[in-house]
Amino acid sequence: MHEETNGSAASPAFRSLEAPVALPVLSLSGLSKTFGGARALCDVSFSVMPGEVHGLLGKNGSGKSTLVKILAGFHAPDRGGQLEFNGEAVDLPLQPGDFRRLGMSFVHQNLGLVPSLTVLENLRLVQLTTATSAFINWGAERAAAREALTRFGLELDPGERVDRVSPVERALLAIVRAFEEIEAARRLTGKPGLVLLDEPTPFLPAAGVAKLFTLIRSIAKLGSGVIFISHDIDEVMQITDRVTVLRDGAVAGELKTATASHGQIVEMIVGRYLAKRPQASHTKSVNPSVFARVDHVSAKRLKPTNIAILRGEILGLTGLIGSGYEEVPYLVYGARPCQSGSLSFESGLAVRLPDMTPRRAMNLGFALLPGDRQRASGIDSLPIVDNMFLPDVARFFRAGRMRNGAMMKEARELGAAFEVRPNDPHLRLSALSGGNAQKVLVARWMNRKPTLLLLDEPTQGVDVGARQQIFFALKAAADNGTAVICASSDADQLAEICDRVLIFARGGICAELTGADLTKDRITEACYASVSLGQDHPSTPSIQAAS
Amino acid sequence: MADAAGPHAPSLNYTRLFESVALLLVWAILIFGFGVAMPKSFPTWGNFSIIFASYAPAALLALAIIVPLTAGDYDLSVGATLTLSASMIGVLNVWHHMPILLVLLVVLAAGAVVGLFNALFIIYFRVPSLVVTLGSTSLMSGLVQWMTDSSTIGGVDDGLITAVVGLRLFGIPYAFYYSLVAAVAMWYVFDYTPLGRRLLFVGRGREVARLNGIAVDRVRLGALIMSAVMSAAAGILYAGVLGSADPYSGLNFLLPAFAAAFLGATTIQPGRFNPWGAVFAVYFLATGITGLSMLGIPLWVTNVFNGGALILAVTISQLTRGREASDIG
Repeated sequence: MHEETNGSAASPAFRSLEAPVALPVLSLSGLSKTFGGARALCDVSFSVMPGEVHGLLGKNGSGKSTLVKILAGFHAPDRGGQLEFNGEAVDLPLQPGDFRRLGMSFVHQNLGLVPSLTVLENLRLVQLTTATSAFINWGAERAAAREALTRFGLELDPGERVDRVSPVERALLAIVRAFEEIEAARRLTGKPGLVLLDEPTPFLPAAGVAKLFTLIRSIAKLGSGVIFISHDIDEVMQITDRVTVLRDGAVAGELKTATASHGQIVEMIVGRYLAKRPQASHTKSVNPSVFARVDHVSAKRLKPTNIAILRGEILGLTGLIGSGYEEVPYLVYGARPCQSGSLSFESGLAVRLPDMTPRRAMNLGFALLPGDRQRASGIDSLPIVDNMFLPDVARFFRAGRMRNGAMMKEARELGAAFEVRPNDPHLRLSALSGGNAQKVLVARWMNRKPTLLLLDEPTQGVDVGARQQIFFALKAAADNGTAVICASSDADQLAEICDRVLIFARGGICAELTGADLTKDRITEACYASVSLGQDHPSTPSIQAAS
Repeated sequence: MADAAGPHAPSLNYTRLFESVALLLVWAILIFGFGVAMPKSFPTWGNFSIIFASYAPAALLALAIIVPLTAGDYDLSVGATLTLSASMIGVLNVWHHMPILLVLLVVLAAGAVVGLFNALFIIYFRVPSLVVTLGSTSLMSGLVQWMTDSSTIGGVDDGLITAVVGLRLFGIPYAFYYSLVAAVAMWYVFDYTPLGRRLLFVGRGREVARLNGIAVDRVRLGALIMSAVMSAAAGILYAGVLGSADPYSGLNFLLPAFAAAFLGATTIQPGRFNPWGAVFAVYFLATGITGLSMLGIPLWVTNVFNGGALILAVTISQLTRGREASDIG
């Protein structure tokens, strides 16, 4: 078994891998995965050559993460698929951890570092925890770490705690660690390995991305294969040699990056069904009048942005991950620290957003339904009734005591109105399904008749039936004049409920869709197209640096 | 899975009812058992009135603990606050001849200061409550040794002793009723006021509470001050019960009070720290300890009993909650 280094000179630090035949590091064929009745992956085949950076693209739900999870051994693929690693057939399904033995290594978006440990401890985490020797030679470990870091030009102190180094350095460290792992496997097998980078870039500033790419290049030069998963087409065009696009679980196409165009890739991701679906019928009963204006709101990942909020309108905010859209509801509500911005109402009242607090927002009639249901939205260990009236308990305090009976009665009525099943207010929130729990929380806020309803991924983890009921409630609220802002990554949902959608890229608004343009495909397209548009307006370094 | 509040409420109501009164049943069995073993000395009104009065400070201490526990903070310093309070009574009243009513006010104010001190580090500097209150326990124990010269101060004002143990109702000294009054007040606040709900919301979901407009820090501050003031009040009862200020024995209440707080969370309103559960649990432990010592079992068994009860109580409450992650800590 021999490999070749794809023409590039191997570093003297490593065995060079001269060989006559180029054998793919990883080769998949006929891989399928069915969940229940739903096909998540359908007959997927692709291969990664040694020394190649291979891009894997596709929108949310296209099957990328299922594929990654099969490689990581979390999911068992359907029968019939084949996997070869360096030309040798590998039995499927893989077990968790098998990838390490084969010589594969993953860097996920969260990087998998332990922030409170040092660079050295993180870098040598696996070796340190699995070493069989009775004691650790810290001197040797430090030397090995320093050598690994300097090999890739990283000037990091091995003794520094990871939470004290910059986000870019953290990402670089995670990648170096992944590379060190496959190198360890290579020393045993003599064969090249594979590093899989699962969206490592969205939260990095532009300068950091450049550094990261240099590192990826140097890893590929040493003969390993690299899979690079990203939503950012410009980045993909910059770093990859070849691209495989997944759409609806199947391979939509494979391109040589050098000869592919940006538009071609977008088209492949979105698909060509340009026939427009009939517009969802949310007819506004209220003439849109401005409820409030958000001016120059900015935060860690958001450049100063202006948004007009209209009465009776459902406004969608979306973009690729890391584009900043998901911050807006929290900033307007005062739930997260805001760097600048103001909120002005037609009455002339204006609130400085950095001074906004949830309580003040509630006094203005705002409501926020956070995306993190279990940590920020509902209290699982408490009954439905408490969750429904969490901000309203004082209302039930009459003549010196809480009217618990009245509260229970109203909870039952509210539960019936929002079709919570089972409608027993005594039950803990945790006893309900995700969809029903979300109905309880939607009911909590709707019951307060908010002037402005702020939502973040309102239907994540919610079943189809509950999703429709939540949509219905949102539309009903909008029809009654409530301004609704919905941040979501789900283009389908936005197309269905929104009157207007703002597309964000690199921390700012880059497009606005209304009317006939408001379709799932146009939204998805705009998200991907936005990335290059965004680059025409280089991001303000001061904001990037703060992140 | 083992959640008694599961979706099939009607069929499980008996389980739930049994769970709420299980501790009371065990207590009754315990009393019956000791009564059979010692028919002459144990089941007498005199014996029980002593138990009720002498454990009144512990009951008040258990009540004090469950306030910050409900809000999600530990206060380990309640035992030391009790000792500080009792010792201050000795020093100010006996050595400095300060009038007893003024002394009581000073002592309660000192309790509030202790609460503020804990809260400063827990809320403002975000130090874990376990660490802060462990530290302030040691700090206060040192102060107590300094101001009492490590000696017991006898001769506390007769007025206090009379008010605590001299006056009796149904043969039981007033000390017991003071704790009952505190329990009633807490029951009212916990179950019948918005404040009680907010306390619970803060303890169970701090971020949720914040996003729902609850002033989380203020609620936690109030809870920590409340527990310290109530511990100071427990110290007043303790000084009254003993008739003197003892700089050491007060800390012995810490473990039974904590055990009672957790044991109490398995009864009356299972899964929640609740005042009646805490009071019943204190007297359950007191009955066990008194009965065992009357049987002539050596002193070390007391500690084994308290410690065992604490671990058992937390285990039971964990099991009744279907092994969900604990709500505190």
